[in-house]
Amino acid sequence: MKLPLSWLKDYVDVDVTPEVLEEKLFSCGFEVEETVYVGKNIDKIVVCRIEKIEKHPNADKLNVCQIDAGKWGKLQIVTSAKNISENDLVPVALDGATLANGDRIFNGELRGVKSNGMFCSGEELGITDDFYDGASVNGILILHEDYPLGEEVKKVLGIVDVVFDISVTANRPDCQCILGMAREVAAVLNKPLKMPALTYSADKNLKTTDKILVENKAVDLCPRYIGHYVADIKVEKSPKWITRRLASVGIRGINNIVDITNFVLTEIGQPMHAFDYKNIGGSHIVIRRAENGEKIVTLDKKEFTLSDKNLVICDENKPVALAGVMGGLNSEIENDTKEIVFEAAKFMRDNIRKTSRALGQRSDSSARYEKGIDAYTAQVAMDRALHLVEQLGCGRIACDRYDLPKQELKEKVIETTVSKVNRVLGIEVPAKTIQDILTRLHFGCEVKGDALKVVVPLYREDMESYQDIAEEVIREYGYSHIAPTLLKSAAITNGGLSDAQKDAENIKDFFCRCGFNEIITYSFVSEKEFDLYSISKENLVKILNPLGEEVSVMRKSLVPSMVNTMAKNINRKNAAARLFELAFVYESADKDALPVQTHRLCFGAYGEEDFFTVKGVVQEMLNEFSYQSEIVYKRSKKPYLHPTVSADVYAGGKLIGSFGALHPAIKESCDLDKKVYVGEFDYEALTATFNKKVYYEAVSKYPTIERDLAVTVDESVLCGDLIETIKKAAGKELKKAELFDIYRGDQVASGKKSMAFNLVYSSLERTLTVEEIDKSIQTVLKALKDAYGAELR
Amino acid sequence: MQDKVNSLLENAKKEVAALQSSRDLADLKVKYLGKTGEVTALLKGMKDIPPQMRAEFGKTVNVLKEQVTALFDERETAIKKEEMQKSFEKDAVDITLDGKKVSFGNLHPLNIVRNKVINAFVGMGFEVYEGPELELDYYCFQALNIPKDHPARDMQDTFYISDNVVLRTHTSPGQVRVMEKKKPPIKILSPGRVYRADDDASHSPMFHQIEGLVVDKGITLCDLKGILDEFVQIMFDKDTKTRLRPSYFPFTEPSVEVDVTCSECHGKGCKLCKGTGWIEILGAGIVNKKVLENCGIDSDEYSGLAFGLGIERTTMIKYGVPDIRTLFENDVRFLKQFGRK
Repeated sequence: MKLPLSWLKDYVDVDVTPEVLEEKLFSCGFEVEETVYVGKNIDKIVVCRIEKIEKHPNADKLNVCQIDAGKWGKLQIVTSAKNISENDLVPVALDGATLANGDRIFNGELRGVKSNGMFCSGEELGITDDFYDGASVNGILILHEDYPLGEEVKKVLGIVDVVFDISVTANRPDCQCILGMAREVAAVLNKPLKMPALTYSADKNLKTTDKILVENKAVDLCPRYIGHYVADIKVEKSPKWITRRLASVGIRGINNIVDITNFVLTEIGQPMHAFDYKNIGGSHIVIRRAENGEKIVTLDKKEFTLSDKNLVICDENKPVALAGVMGGLNSEIENDTKEIVFEAAKFMRDNIRKTSRALGQRSDSSARYEKGIDAYTAQVAMDRALHLVEQLGCGRIACDRYDLPKQELKEKVIETTVSKVNRVLGIEVPAKTIQDILTRLHFGCEVKGDALKVVVPLYREDMESYQDIAEEVIREYGYSHIAPTLLKSAAITNGGLSDAQKDAENIKDFFCRCGFNEIITYSFVSEKEFDLYSISKENLVKILNPLGEEVSVMRKSLVPSMVNTMAKNINRKNAAARLFELAFVYESADKDALPVQTHRLCFGAYGEEDFFTVKGVVQEMLNEFSYQSEIVYKRSKKPYLHPTVSADVYAGGKLIGSFGALHPAIKESCDLDKKVYVGEFDYEALTATFNKKVYYEAVSKYPTIERDLAVTVDESVLCGDLIETIKKAAGKELKKAELFDIYRGDQVASGKKSMAFNLVYSSLERTLTVEEIDKSIQTVLKALKDAYGAELR
Repeated sequence: MQDKVNSLLENAKKEVAALQSSRDLADLKVKYLGKTGEVTALLKGMKDIPPQMRAEFGKTVNVLKEQVTALFDERETAIKKEEMQKSFEKDAVDITLDGKKVSFGNLHPLNIVRNKVINAFVGMGFEVYEGPELELDYYCFQALNIPKDHPARDMQDTFYISDNVVLRTHTSPGQVRVMEKKKPPIKILSPGRVYRADDDASHSPMFHQIEGLVVDKGITLCDLKGILDEFVQIMFDKDTKTRLRPSYFPFTEPSVEVDVTCSECHGKGCKLCKGTGWIEILGAGIVNKKVLENCGIDSDEYSGLAFGLGIERTTMIKYGVPDIRTLFENDVRFLKQFGRK
């Protein structure tokens, strides 16, 4: 919100520098985002009289002027300007001058003739017609008052101001105006507030209620509507003091009536509207919901089709304004407007926001309504507008008004105690100080012993409890009074991570130790990836308002993000990478229930990797964390993995994850020129194999017996399948069966391989006999032969 | 006999002295002291000696054996020393060459910072609670005193899954979920991913926050200042100071922004802190009594403090990362910079 110091000074006697004011505002909760020093740049631009204009000897379009610059002497200036005559008073930028935009001007030569400066336009001084008549013309600014020659133009025209751009928090809509900020400034500087004049004299014989009927048929969306009739309107330009004020906050002057509504919006914070009375059909104003399909053309000549969600101000049969957003073109103030009805209303912020969003139509008014308008301010604004009408002498004011629905606004009273307020703060602010502060902020305040009774001004709808009072007190008293304490009255708690949280940290640490770097990727992905990776689109969680297709659905697998991350690294010529991510995937559940989020652990690697470097990591992870002894690897059927260089991992018969080389088709589609390995575990299933209670296992006192066994099988036979068969066939005394060698070559037929296993037998109860081991080996060999055609070598 | 012994000893002395390598030494040792060696042969000759002289003979040969053994031992020590010396020269390495890379990975910098924050507060008795990222409107907004028509909803551009389900815009819903289940004393941190429809150099549509909540008897603004002072000193450095200034959040009252003294210039003013000497790092306040009441906690008996920290922002300040998007590119050259520092 823009706060010009010049305007602020109408209500508060500011006797500190702008820098100090900025600090004070900051300390009480109003951060100044930018401070603009108007006219600060302008330097050495002075009032001069043109004494003589002659044609330039060498250029048709240039003139050579002799000027009187007062104490700066008589100077010669070459110009191309057309709108000047001899004896005109004009602003001249002297040698070394600076314009409003910071540009510098120096003596020079134009086509062989010396020029000792430059005539200035309004734009070069940073002003428009709203500030000084003639400042908007395309040419030189001709001064129309008799200013002393040689005097600085910025001084004689008063181009000096400071404009603060203040960030106002959402709880303080009352501060979205000059008056609101003036209240805060007065409080923080401990100065009296001079209220803007609100009085006016009305014509006793002129009655709003005689001229028009106003009906409020949507009190839920419009809790207060004030309408006031004014006759004998003279539409003309506003006086300079009005347009200058508006210009200082960036609003253009239109005509006196529109300017008054803009002035009140800026000053009091209440959007106002003026209807041309003659265009209100049937002299009847109705506040109601629009009918579905009803249309309105707003002041900016845009047509909108409305629904019953939009609030409109109507005459007998048609909308004449989109409530709180913009007036209708059909009731616009025109130069010949003679009678008007002023509107000052409270509309519900939510409805205005929804209408503004739905129609894509915004205005200063809707922006203001969206922040919230209190019911009280409407009457202040109406009084102020009528005061300005009288001050400008542009209308005859009716002696009554509509104010619907009938209601009495009551100030909120908060009854609490001084100690309760101090208990929020943790310090002892004296009762007297609390009273001073609240009084400065225009609260009614009574202190009786510890009891504190606070009467809240009507414009402070944010105030609800002792907590709000505590905030008011401390922001004025100063946060520097808050002295640190370490939860001095709180109970001691244990704190720390849960076992599951520690598991997650340990798993991450394991991957780090194995050379993996953690990545963090977006939870939302493109729906296209589901096709590429053949991930089911069942139970997909879609974002209704995504930033783009690329980030429009919640992911169901971490693999695509991992592959994309590796692709990015490969494109950037990073030779190798090992990466992992532990994050959620999402699936929708029943209607209205929260979607389900489950953890996945994903890892990827490229560079000096093969299937076994990756499997080594998987095995080591399971060795380190899992107490599930029955881990089985089977060929994976995951569509995104290479069908013969990938594995599914089963723990206790349950699939817990998959890993392997990325499917060549995806590799090609992602344009990857390196071998890429990727794996994903269902993290919950994985950790379900952790943390099992560890039980003692008896150790045999009897000798173990080892046997080595080499068999030839077809190349396609998997080692894991052979071991599983061995374990099943060998009997309970077999404690271990491990592969120790694979041989391919002269000694075996082509297409075959020899696999050598080490079998370890032992019993808790007795010494095993050679005979029973031999028997077991025979059983094993038979089983291997039956299942895989294995031959003993 | 004695001559034989003497000459054997002399020969041994000569031959041992001439030895140059431990391999030759081993061979020579066998020649003298092995099973078929010369000294052993002498002993084997015992049976040819008349019985009365055997004791004398035995003694002589044993002395010889000891002497020869000593010769070898002495020479062996010397040779080994020489050989080791030679091997030192041979094995000499250029100790100024780089060592072999030990390739450890590390956590993502955002999680390094997250864990630092957690560690700081765990020491103060905080537990960690991770709530759902897809959240009901009630928990994300309404229970936190942000009703449907509240202008604060505009402060946060929300991604919607349905009318009722949103991608959480902050970790504050964690407060409500914990307070509904647990009675005071409560000290929790709620870290996690949050989402807002925003994407530029300082905003990412997905980012991370950590919410902190304390609910107990007599919690005050001074306590808030106290634990945050403690925290920033652990997070940044011992000299870091905090400054509270008024702000607004619907779920706290009073609400404050917390600034810390700039880690670059220590408060003097620099580019990082835009000349102010202070950097805004988190929002905080005293829990709004309406929020306590929404969770069934008696606001007359208990009060609370809450704070919310943006992990990206803290990470960017701590490591000097200028663009938030760098954090989500996951370039290994970037990821590897954060080691175990």
